[in-house]
Amino acid sequence: MTTPPRPKAARSGPVFDRIFAWLAKGSAIFTLVMLIAILASLTISAWPAIAKYGLGFLTSTTWDPVKEDFGGLVMIYGTVMTSFIALLIAVPVSFGIALFLTELSPAWLKRPLGTAIELLAAVPSIVYGMWGLLVFSPVLSTYVQQPLQAAFGDVPYIGALFSGAPVGIGILSAGIILAIMIIPFIAAVMRDVFEVTPTLLKESAYGLGATTWEVVSKVVLPYTKSGVVGGIMLGLGRAIGETMAVTFVIGNFNQLDSLSLFQAANSITSALANEFAEAGEGLHQGALMYLGLVLFFITFVILSLSKLLLSQLRKNEGAKS
Amino acid sequence: MQVRFKIAMASLAGSVALSFAGFASAQEITGAGATFPAPVYSKWAAEYNKATGVKINYQSVGSGAGIKQIDSKTVDFGASDMPQTDEVLKSKGQMQFPAVIGGTVPVVNIKGIAPGQLKLTGAVLGDIFLGKITKWNDAALVALNPGVALPDAAITTVHRADGSGTTFNFTNYLSRVHPEWKEKVGEGTAVNWPSGSGGKGNEGVATFVNRLPNSIGYVEYAYVKQSKMTYALLKNRDGVFVAPSDTAFAAAAAGADWNKSFYQLITDQPGKEAWPISTATFILMHTKQDKPANATEVFKFFNWAYKNGAKIADDLDYVPLPAPVVASIEKAWGQVTDAAGKPVAIK
Repeated sequence: MTTPPRPKAARSGPVFDRIFAWLAKGSAIFTLVMLIAILASLTISAWPAIAKYGLGFLTSTTWDPVKEDFGGLVMIYGTVMTSFIALLIAVPVSFGIALFLTELSPAWLKRPLGTAIELLAAVPSIVYGMWGLLVFSPVLSTYVQQPLQAAFGDVPYIGALFSGAPVGIGILSAGIILAIMIIPFIAAVMRDVFEVTPTLLKESAYGLGATTWEVVSKVVLPYTKSGVVGGIMLGLGRAIGETMAVTFVIGNFNQLDSLSLFQAANSITSALANEFAEAGEGLHQGALMYLGLVLFFITFVILSLSKLLLSQLRKNEGAKS
Repeated sequence: MQVRFKIAMASLAGSVALSFAGFASAQEITGAGATFPAPVYSKWAAEYNKATGVKINYQSVGSGAGIKQIDSKTVDFGASDMPQTDEVLKSKGQMQFPAVIGGTVPVVNIKGIAPGQLKLTGAVLGDIFLGKITKWNDAALVALNPGVALPDAAITTVHRADGSGTTFNFTNYLSRVHPEWKEKVGEGTAVNWPSGSGGKGNEGVATFVNRLPNSIGYVEYAYVKQSKMTYALLKNRDGVFVAPSDTAFAAAAAGADWNKSFYQLITDQPGKEAWPISTATFILMHTKQDKPANATEVFKFFNWAYKNGAKIADDLDYVPLPAPVVASIEKAWGQVTDAAGKPVAIK
């Protein structure tokens, strides 16, 4: 018996295959070229500041546009600290949300709750910013900052953490607003990866008499860890790059004399957004571009660290089995 | 067939390009810069468009960006709250002229204090923003305000977080009246603030001041009027405590010698009625025009605005320029020429 001739229409011609391959390859290379181009143009525009300050820019706290003396430590600290506070709050909360939605929630509640959390992610950041300034910061000031100041104001070191005018604006409120903003992202990713854990594995664990917590920590988490880390990184990326909401509540004041959580501070993105339009040619613009480059670098380091963490986790896994 | 198609496409593209070019040069003028005068420029542009059909497109991107855009000739005119010195203008081949006058006003939020009740001097205002006076019942403030119940509360200062002409105006005034301020902080669209927190834009500062008890900030006059903020009286150069008003800004502008140069900072001007933190906002243009027809349209627009725009300016709480100043501006337009050196038509 001879094989019947293949129907022609079902097979796309080799030409299309090749074009598609080129397009796909081209898109991938284009992304890389864009990345390098952005990095190069940032470096070129930042050059006046890089040439003048070198790495000293990263440790100097002066930011004086009038006398043209610039240092980025205040903004770098603000960005890192607010993102850290945001993660500190957002990761456990998101974990709880995802856990509840996948393991504990009654079926009828899953859908509305999940949708509500996804909707939170669609709220524009300026809305969070205005809400933070007008609604949240007075509450934070009255019910958190003032009691803390009253309780610890005289205790050395700890008291300094809560010092500052009782207005509820600063590093802590920016961090909390950021946490609220990134919770939906992290929670949605965590829920999605928790859901793909094979039911067979979970049922087997339950069958062996494991509690819900044991199932989550010993089966679900190990199975989904790269997804979980990915979700956290997504949230962290958003927190680091967030501009509008932070501008509203961080206070936009360049100082590091006090490390108080309630002291007005500044972040890289906020400084860029505020000062760029009016920055003079030369050093001021260069310094702002330098800050942009630093932000690029921070993001790069965090991404690399997360990859490293993942590969480390994988290696340990190999050792155990 | 294919050739004919190509020709058809080319002629189509050509005619589209032509019609675009024609449209752009005759009917549409672009300007960019200062945010402070943006409301009055847009309103003028809208009315002018109704009257003449010419479209003025003003982008309020900030004074610094406006200067950059006119330097690179991407716009027909730039706008800046900070005048450029005559030397800078000469080196860039540009000229400037004032368009409208306004003022910057200190605003406070203290319980029980009504608008115009608090009196301040430049020295005290500077000390507050330097962080040297930290409480509202400081001796210096009490001495200035006998009979006013000032609270025993810490002062929160609020400034502009973004670079702005309003900040330039405010710091320029403090630099003129407060030697220590001049030495430590200086003047500029953004400065190294010794204290306080920053709000974005006039509305940001207004929100902060309204939100934070016992705070003091500075905003442009229109915001004070529109959101009914508690302004403070300021002692002017002649030693009189004045309230911010259109007449007080005009009085400050009258004290400057506009005939000599348009580089005039009208802070701390003499005159019994003069508001000490007054400002003019400026238009920048190249003296040698690649597109003289556009320059003519810009002049026509401002000529119309000086003549017919006073009411609009008043309504928006800006002050129109006095007639003698307008006369010397229109004389100065004569220095703008086309590429061949022939003065461009003004009307």
